[in-house]
Amino acid sequence: MPIIEIVFYLFSLVLIASALSVVTVGNPVYAVLFLVLAFFSAACLWILLHAEFLAIVLVLVYVGAVMVLFLFVVMMLDVNVSPGSEGFTRYLPAGVLVAFAMAVQMFLVIWTRGMETVPMPEPKEEGYSHTRELGELLYTDYLYAFEIAAVLLLVAIIAAILLTHRKRPETKHQDPSRQVKVRREDRVRLVKMKSEGEER
Amino acid sequence: MLTLAHFLTLGAVLFAISVAGIFINRKNVLILLMCIELMLLAVNMNFVAFSRFLDVMDGQVFVFFILTVAAAEAAIGLAILVVLFRNRRSISVDDIADLKG
Repeated sequence: MPIIEIVFYLFSLVLIASALSVVTVGNPVYAVLFLVLAFFSAACLWILLHAEFLAIVLVLVYVGAVMVLFLFVVMMLDVNVSPGSEGFTRYLPAGVLVAFAMAVQMFLVIWTRGMETVPMPEPKEEGYSHTRELGELLYTDYLYAFEIAAVLLLVAIIAAILLTHRKRPETKHQDPSRQVKVRREDRVRLVKMKSEGEER
Repeated sequence: MLTLAHFLTLGAVLFAISVAGIFINRKNVLILLMCIELMLLAVNMNFVAFSRFLDVMDGQVFVFFILTVAAAEAAIGLAILVVLFRNRRSISVDDIADLKG
């Protein structure tokens, strides 16, 4: 068995095992950690598929930022963990049934449509950069979509800040609009008075 | 020999696991969000596999955008959860049944 197949089966096994743990473990902290493991194995598989940039982005952005955000929220919210709650056993048969039916349907499509005959193309010549190719595509054909994605992220930032921002009445803060609106008459008062030297 | 079907099968198994997870963990919003992330990962796996086997880079561009949208979705979803917890001291699905749906 060639090394590439051993790597594929190893990381797929870890990926599926950690995905199963995410959905069954019950404790959100452990679930986040297993999700990190799942993303990491997926990144390794993507490197196997020559998607180096996306694999690194998955580890850096997803594991490094989104999963840490998840972990922050899980630990901040102090949710009471009740392992083996009534929902688990109650909905387990329905969930397994639906998942099994979907998996069988997808297997039927995948394994009867000749997709098992598609071999992996030969690797590109040395020095070929998939990242460069991706960048060229992203900044030419998909430029508008790229900019819309940037705006989407900006909207997400603003929405997240606006949702979690809390107004505290006791804090002292500046109000820029009131500062700008101020006129000279509000601040400066001219007083007429005699100079002290004249009285003598 | 590794073929396209191997990677698509992996994606299908991941997707089925996360669908089962949504059924099983329907009391816990946090794990529901994680199941959605896992679903998007399964879809991304298919995109990357097709991109490699058909030798077309556009699949990876789509994965890039899906990752962007997933990050935005996670940020806003968690923000909503934080606000919910601040207002009700609980994020259990049973306690958010005001509309009696």
